[in-house]
Amino acid sequence: MIMNPPIEKTDEPALQKTISIKVWGIGGAGCNAVSALNASVLQGVDILAVNTDSQALAACAAAHKLVLGAQRTRGLGAGGDPELGRAAAEDDLDKMAPFCAGADVVFIMAGLGGGTGTGAAPILARLARERGALVLAIVTMPFEFEGKRRQQQAQSGLQFLQSAADAVICLPNQKLFKLLDEKTSVVDGFKISNALLAEGLQGIWRLLTRTGLINVDFADLASVTRGRHAASSFATAEAAGERRAEQIVEKLMAHPLLDGGQVLTEADAVLVSLVGGPDLTLVEIDKTMEPLKRQCENAHIIFGAAIDEQFTHRLSVTLIASRRQPEETGARTSQPAHSASGDKASSLHFLDTDAPDDFRHPPRLAPPPPEMTAEQKEQLFKTQNVRNRKKLSRLQKELPLEIVFKGRFEKSEPTIRHGEDLDLPTYIRRGVPLN
Amino acid sequence: MFDSSSIIVGLEIGTSKICAVVGDINASNNLNIIGVGQARSRGVRKGEIADPDAAGEDVRNAIVEAEQMANVEIRSVYLGVTGNHVRGFNNHGVHPVVSADREITEEDVQDVIKNAKAINLPADNSVVHAIRQHFQVDEQNGILKPVGMYGARLEVDVHVVHGHVNRLKNSIAVVKGLQLEVDDIVFTGLASALALLSNEQKELGSLVIDLGGGTTEYVVYCDGIIKHTGVLAVGGDHITNDLAYGLKTPMNRAEQLKRDHGSALFEPGDKGQSITAPGELGVAPKTVNLEHLRRIMSLRLEETFALIERELAHLNFLDRLRGGVFICGGGARIPRIETLAENIFELPVCPAKTNSISGLKSALDQPEFATAIGLVKFGSLQQKRKPGNGLAGGLKRTLADLFKA
Repeated sequence: MIMNPPIEKTDEPALQKTISIKVWGIGGAGCNAVSALNASVLQGVDILAVNTDSQALAACAAAHKLVLGAQRTRGLGAGGDPELGRAAAEDDLDKMAPFCAGADVVFIMAGLGGGTGTGAAPILARLARERGALVLAIVTMPFEFEGKRRQQQAQSGLQFLQSAADAVICLPNQKLFKLLDEKTSVVDGFKISNALLAEGLQGIWRLLTRTGLINVDFADLASVTRGRHAASSFATAEAAGERRAEQIVEKLMAHPLLDGGQVLTEADAVLVSLVGGPDLTLVEIDKTMEPLKRQCENAHIIFGAAIDEQFTHRLSVTLIASRRQPEETGARTSQPAHSASGDKASSLHFLDTDAPDDFRHPPRLAPPPPEMTAEQKEQLFKTQNVRNRKKLSRLQKELPLEIVFKGRFEKSEPTIRHGEDLDLPTYIRRGVPLN
Repeated sequence: MFDSSSIIVGLEIGTSKICAVVGDINASNNLNIIGVGQARSRGVRKGEIADPDAAGEDVRNAIVEAEQMANVEIRSVYLGVTGNHVRGFNNHGVHPVVSADREITEEDVQDVIKNAKAINLPADNSVVHAIRQHFQVDEQNGILKPVGMYGARLEVDVHVVHGHVNRLKNSIAVVKGLQLEVDDIVFTGLASALALLSNEQKELGSLVIDLGGGTTEYVVYCDGIIKHTGVLAVGGDHITNDLAYGLKTPMNRAEQLKRDHGSALFEPGDKGQSITAPGELGVAPKTVNLEHLRRIMSLRLEETFALIERELAHLNFLDRLRGGVFICGGGARIPRIETLAENIFELPVCPAKTNSISGLKSALDQPEFATAIGLVKFGSLQQKRKPGNGLAGGLKRTLADLFKA
């Protein structure tokens, strides 16, 4: 993969050097999501709505709009066909180009499973990336009731998007049911979905633009979300008053998208960004982080804190947790457990002379691994190896490698269909873990 | 007592139970069920005989019970056969009409059917059924009775069910070992469909799934004729085996858990619940996770249905099944099985009722008996057909000669 030249702007305080952020809503769901954004305050953000369906686009409240594939679909939409969405996007790449100009960060919002979002989003993500922008996609996965086909389309779209974008955050709509009661109307349900997308985007926007006491930047974000499949979830919570630290932890633990903390327990990497007013105390940070840290013992935690006048007496936390694919386990053993921003010069120096065993490409804006003595390194390896061994033994059950006794059918003629021995328990062949 | 010629007995040698049903054709030519006999099956695996001695003993018990209940002596049976080796496919026969005026005669019909049955089967395989579908005269499709029509070319489609000769003989030998005659062998899936479907449902297009202990049979009816049959050697035994492995319990306890707490669907409400299997002699009580139990079970059933769905979708049958899906066999007793089938086939699923027959209503209206009742019905159709025209029936036995020899 060709690395774009590092963009230093995101490292700098946003207030002094404005970084250009663009938000693209792609497809029906994406357009709705950016409409929800418009109402809220995002300073200096360019919002563009893209759709193959000109009618739906007309209803969108975004500042800029573009109909994709007008010749191909005559503005009638992609009809749930990702191929058509992809083709429409490829037709109109030239029209999209001006919108990439000068962008440092492009957020892509889309609903996967349909035609335009699934097909066009990866193409546009690649375009933006080729033009030098950092691309972060925030997408929804379809409800289960939408059917297997849409689910499969969404999965394959997600894979394309993951290879095209720098980072993908994915919200499975099915999880929304936990937020809804029986009386919630369809309209409200989708409103909540859009609001969650918008909330996630604002949380991340804040994280990127605001100077931190303990800074978190795009590279940290990318290192959390990169290479993971459909398993990033995010949550935002706010609290005010005396007990805000305790309250915010309670709110996070009760957050439906975190499954009562279950997501944190299973996560491999967690990014926590904390924003408070000038009255934020160190004790409060500790009170917030301590329970979170305990919850995600196995995870690589990236922590950031920022001060904002607007947040006086208030505290806001944006949390992104992601779970790694099993086959990737171990690929990051040499990744330092904690990451802090350091200065660029030493980073380059360090990378040049780095030990060859770290073959993983460093993230574009990666802060350098902290300087360590040999002794410290060894200790780090030891602790991480232990962690990995634990993880591997936990994964063992999912692997179909163990020899399964076929019980009653051991001696009878095997039932083979489509190359599968149906005498073996289905759950073992499917790799469904029973904890 | 009854005239023995009017007595028809259906015998199903199943994997989990052996079932004999006695029917009687009364004076007004109606079929009446007068006796049922059952025995637990021990000598059968995946629908085929694994231990002839045990199977013979179990068949005897079932037959004796049926004899006592019906108060008749059973001399011959219609025997249900199934197994992984049984396959169905459609074949086509062509015959030029030779008569000068191009009127189709009975001989032409016989010839075209003969042509359609000339099939290249693998060696050691023999035909169980060759079921006539629709005739085609010249380019005109869907003709039921071509005799008397005019045309130059007569064609016919037949659905052929065939199986491995020796493996079919195994179950026949078990019955013959008990000094009983085999009137005919019948594919059990076909028998179940006969018992469950009304003519209207066959016309509309229906799928019958017989979820047995060792095998799952499926039969597709469209436009009143059999379009497709198949066997999947996966059944209730597999669920029990999966549970025994997954829950680490002995087979008999897994079976009990399946019956008492099983469900075809895993629901979020089951999460974290556990059930206690009571202790028996020599076995300590054990607590089992309900979530695991149902998840293992629903995965297996889902896979079984999905395999059938995939096959039918490939053959473009799913859009033509307006009558819906009918589930019988012991598997039809699994709670929520209809919902699962509805989800997978995206078709209405109806509770199967063997309402096409009179007699012992309450005892018979159970999904397990569908096959045996269907066998009796098959027999009654054969017997009605015997006097008079011996060929016009849709079902013709071909193996009879083979096995009488």
